[in-house]
Amino acid sequence: MIEIDNIKKSFDGKEVLKGISGVFEKGKTNLIIGASGTGKSVLLKCIVGLIKPDEGTVFYDNRDFTNADRNLKTDIRREIGMLFQGGALFDSKNVEQNVIFPLNVLTQMPLDEKLDRVNFCLQRVGLENVNKKMPSEISGGMKKRVGIARAIVNNSSYLFCDEPNSGLDPQTAITIDNLIKEITEEFNITTIVVTHDMNSVMEIGDYVMFLHEGLKVWEGSDQNIMKSQVKELNDFVFANKMMRTVRNEETPG
Amino acid sequence: MKSIGKYILFIGSLFVNRERFKTYVQLTLDECINIGINSLVLVSIVATFIGAVSTIQTAYNLVSPLIPDYVISQVVRDLTILELAPSITAIVFAGKVGSNIAGELGTMRITEQIDALEVMGINSVSYLVFPKVLASLITYPMLVVIAGFLSIMGGYLAGVYTGIVTEADYIYGLKVDFIEFNVFFAMIKSFVFAFLVSSISSYKGYYTTGGAFEVGKASTIAVTNSCIAILLADYLLAQLLL
Repeated sequence: MIEIDNIKKSFDGKEVLKGISGVFEKGKTNLIIGASGTGKSVLLKCIVGLIKPDEGTVFYDNRDFTNADRNLKTDIRREIGMLFQGGALFDSKNVEQNVIFPLNVLTQMPLDEKLDRVNFCLQRVGLENVNKKMPSEISGGMKKRVGIARAIVNNSSYLFCDEPNSGLDPQTAITIDNLIKEITEEFNITTIVVTHDMNSVMEIGDYVMFLHEGLKVWEGSDQNIMKSQVKELNDFVFANKMMRTVRNEETPG
Repeated sequence: MKSIGKYILFIGSLFVNRERFKTYVQLTLDECINIGINSLVLVSIVATFIGAVSTIQTAYNLVSPLIPDYVISQVVRDLTILELAPSITAIVFAGKVGSNIAGELGTMRITEQIDALEVMGINSVSYLVFPKVLASLITYPMLVVIAGFLSIMGGYLAGVYTGIVTEADYIYGLKVDFIEFNVFFAMIKSFVFAFLVSSISSYKGYYTTGGAFEVGKASTIAVTNSCIAILLADYLLAQLLL
């Protein structure tokens, strides 16, 4: 479980996060949604420690991450797996070397065990016979899969995904979304996904936090999102024609 | 001043929260190939031609019949050991290796590869930069020695085969009044320049923000700042040690 308490962050005097609190439960796919520029990615970076919040605290299973000493912070980070927007695969390493990387650096496992684990993770994300391919030789969807494999290879307890389906076709995007949800449930990990894709929300959102102008204005499940009376959320959810059509069909007249 | 403070903190973070020693061995060896071996051809060409040109230009300037011919190689020797091999090679090194380091780290920064390392709990400065600095400290002095040798050889070829100076005079000039401290001085300079080029370029690349345009800009600034630092350090070391 990850808990955030009153997270605030400003850049050059501009308040990007205005005190956000929430609880992201274990074994659930937690989504942070909102329009571009509302602070979703900044919040995610505050949670994983890439940005230090001006105020507020992040707890990983009741361990204070924000104010932790260097050793505890490193220990917690070694339980984190993260899928970045562009995959963030290491250009100079092939797929296998990318996935084995956390094991090489962070563990003392024998090589054959590491390779077994890498192959298991690659198979789990639906990739086979790509071990020796370079990141530049695989598609965007495959890069995301490799990114997920790298994120879970070290038996991570926490999985973070920043816009996991950006730049992907709708079918591949749904596949990646479902993969994230399956992995979350299968390995019972705490997953936080930052997205602005309503398809993701409806497909995998066990818990949804909606941000608007640096504030949390709504939270709930994907089931309740359609019934929300919050104007900012409705403007966001029903911005596209498809969602408006769904709403009109569900509430005729 | 803020930049200098940030640079000092950056250098400090090379030595904290490091990974296992074994991790750095392979990384450093890879960087030695990338930084040292891959610079060998360029450094060799530059050094040989600079030595050749120095010989011809020294001979051109020594017009008095009272000055013996061996002075040409004596001048080329001291010029090479004191300045050309360590300092001019450093400028070439900054252009090739400095821009490469800044470009590589800048690209890793904008494509979130550095963030990926940080999220894994790896000290990205230490993991990425320490092997580059260490490899530069190992290979650059070797490049300077090779550059010095080739520069003197270039001078020999240009001098002897064009008839400017006889082989015996050239070799005699290399030996006469030789000051061993000059070689030690050149080695001190080479360590200082290697550290400056690798660390300044890494610093500029590591803190790149933006996109491809900024990566290009960071590479250019890395080379410019490295060159300025080399020239300043060159002057200070000459003042202090000679």
